[in-house]
Amino acid sequence: MACWCGWLLSTAAFATVENYGYPITDRFVATVVGTPVEYEADLPKSIPFKKRRIDIFPDRTLPDVLWYGHELIYSEALQKHKAPLIFLIAGTGAAHNGGKNTNMARAFYQAGFHVVSISSPTYPNFVTAASKTGVVGHAEKDAQDLYRVMEMIWARLDEKIDVSGFNVTGYSLGGFNAAFVSKLDEERKVFNFERVLLINPPVSIYNSISLLDRMIENIPGGPDNFEKFFKELVEGFSKIYKEQDDAIGGDFLYKAYKAMDLQDEQFAALIGTSFRLSSGSLVFASDVVSDFGYVKPKGLVLDRYADLTEYQILVHRLGFTDYYHEFFYPYYREEYPDKSRDEFISAISLTKIADYLRNSEKIMVMHNADDIILEPGEIDFFRDVFGDRATIYPHGGHCGNMNYKDNVAHMVNTFTGGGAR
Amino acid sequence: MIRQTVLRTSFLALALLLAACSSGPQPQPQTFQEPVFTTERIVPEGFEPASGVYDPWEGMNRRIYNFNYHFDQWVFLPVVRGYKTVMPQFARTGVHNFFNNFRDLRTMVNSILQLAPAKFFQSTGRVLVNSTVGVLGLVDVATKLDFPRPQEDFGQTLGHWGVGQGPYLVIPFMGPSNLRDGFGLLPDYYVQSLVREEVFSDSLQIPVMLLDSVDTRANVPFRYYETGSAFEYQMVRWLYSTKRKLDVAK
Repeated sequence: MACWCGWLLSTAAFATVENYGYPITDRFVATVVGTPVEYEADLPKSIPFKKRRIDIFPDRTLPDVLWYGHELIYSEALQKHKAPLIFLIAGTGAAHNGGKNTNMARAFYQAGFHVVSISSPTYPNFVTAASKTGVVGHAEKDAQDLYRVMEMIWARLDEKIDVSGFNVTGYSLGGFNAAFVSKLDEERKVFNFERVLLINPPVSIYNSISLLDRMIENIPGGPDNFEKFFKELVEGFSKIYKEQDDAIGGDFLYKAYKAMDLQDEQFAALIGTSFRLSSGSLVFASDVVSDFGYVKPKGLVLDRYADLTEYQILVHRLGFTDYYHEFFYPYYREEYPDKSRDEFISAISLTKIADYLRNSEKIMVMHNADDIILEPGEIDFFRDVFGDRATIYPHGGHCGNMNYKDNVAHMVNTFTGGGAR
Repeated sequence: MIRQTVLRTSFLALALLLAACSSGPQPQPQTFQEPVFTTERIVPEGFEPASGVYDPWEGMNRRIYNFNYHFDQWVFLPVVRGYKTVMPQFARTGVHNFFNNFRDLRTMVNSILQLAPAKFFQSTGRVLVNSTVGVLGLVDVATKLDFPRPQEDFGQTLGHWGVGQGPYLVIPFMGPSNLRDGFGLLPDYYVQSLVREEVFSDSLQIPVMLLDSVDTRANVPFRYYETGSAFEYQMVRWLYSTKRKLDVAK
């Protein structure tokens, strides 16, 4: 019976993909602009999505410059009755209450789930409060950090709420994290996740960040023209802002895109820029927490009023690939004496746990064939390893279609009994 | 009298912060091993970041920023939480509309000063409709009728006539600003207090002012240091200054 239903539903899912109505077919535009309001899923505007703080490492002392980063901040939306719980893991550099996680929280809360939303391990607050080493981007170690956080949050909630089962999902790097968290759960067995959904995950972290790093080179005249590019962009936005009657609303980016006639290269440059801004904050936090000596001299203690402009300029001129080569690898080298740099970095990949993913029926994938963070051909990894458990939409870029009504329904159905079993 | 009290408190806070600045620890001359990447090797000479904002008072500003966080944490946000607990949503909306009506008045005055007839008529229309049909501003009828809501203040008026932003300034209790906008608060405040003194009895002046600040804070989702980024101060500074540039251009 379950099999039969699954077959029907998966056929239905394929049909949906074929007549896919998400309106933006350009992968870069989709990534930046997201889903125009009229195509968004109808979700409750306000849910009891509350911010919480938790002390993960009570004995940790942070350098004064990061004095505010001691407690991990997360969010939760809890049902009053017995319900399944879902953990949401945010994508690279994103917070527990960023736009995408908030939207997912609305969808899952509406569908009757207890929702616990956690920032990405690459979010500075996670680096300072919840990463054991402070040097993030390591598949297994990030999963251990996340697992610890989930266990501690659950210890708090256990008395408060009635839970019928556990699930986990995440988008982008958060999807990648969810796969390794699920793997870890097979050994630790605290949650025994019923279902796991990976949304637009990378295959190889290094491949994806290399792609994102290179996007900044699309700036007309190269990265050194970043300033000029940036100013022009702000001027363009200002023109549209001026013509709008209301303040910046949900569709501002969409309107801006229509009005500004930006080219793909400019969108790519914008994506690269935004990636660099968030990775800059992360790398600096890692450097301060671990006192590695990447951009801040080792041993130098910065106080909370320190002028950090120089460090900010410096980290924004460095790529995330630089972090992996010159910080991450040297930092962990001693633990892996038998591996070369390339072996070590390329091992941060879903291919490493392909057998587990292939045989684990509870893990699903929702992806886009035109995702900009995948190398050509990498999408086939999902088709090959997950088979029917992967739904690949024809377009949507990187997470651009996450708020589209069909995709939201797909996410929710995955956990409420729909999807191939 | 009230105005003097407010000014005096602000100056006192400023003086305390300045004193804290001058007694800060001096950097100790010490040599460190060179980090993997240094500014000298990576950043071209004479490089000016686009995110740069003129901030000669950075030391003081960062301290006020930090002070505002603590004020938020121990006074402002607890009061806002209490306000949200005690007052039901419809009452809070009423309060917010009421003060927004005052803010529209500010736009009216500044539209005259900017010789901007469209904005003047839009804001005047709002004030007239909301003060009458909207029961003294408690109901925002104008927005329901799709009246546009331009927002102008004296800082923007100065900007309109070509005055630059001047040095970045973090104002105690209030947050990001700059010399021009900070100065602009005074005339706006003066006009508002004239109306307030007209509308409310003497004993209500301070409670109304306090309610105004609580309403303002309750509607600003920003929380200090929650981005977790060590560069938050710079990011807020850039966002504020860019936003104000756009506001003036609008």
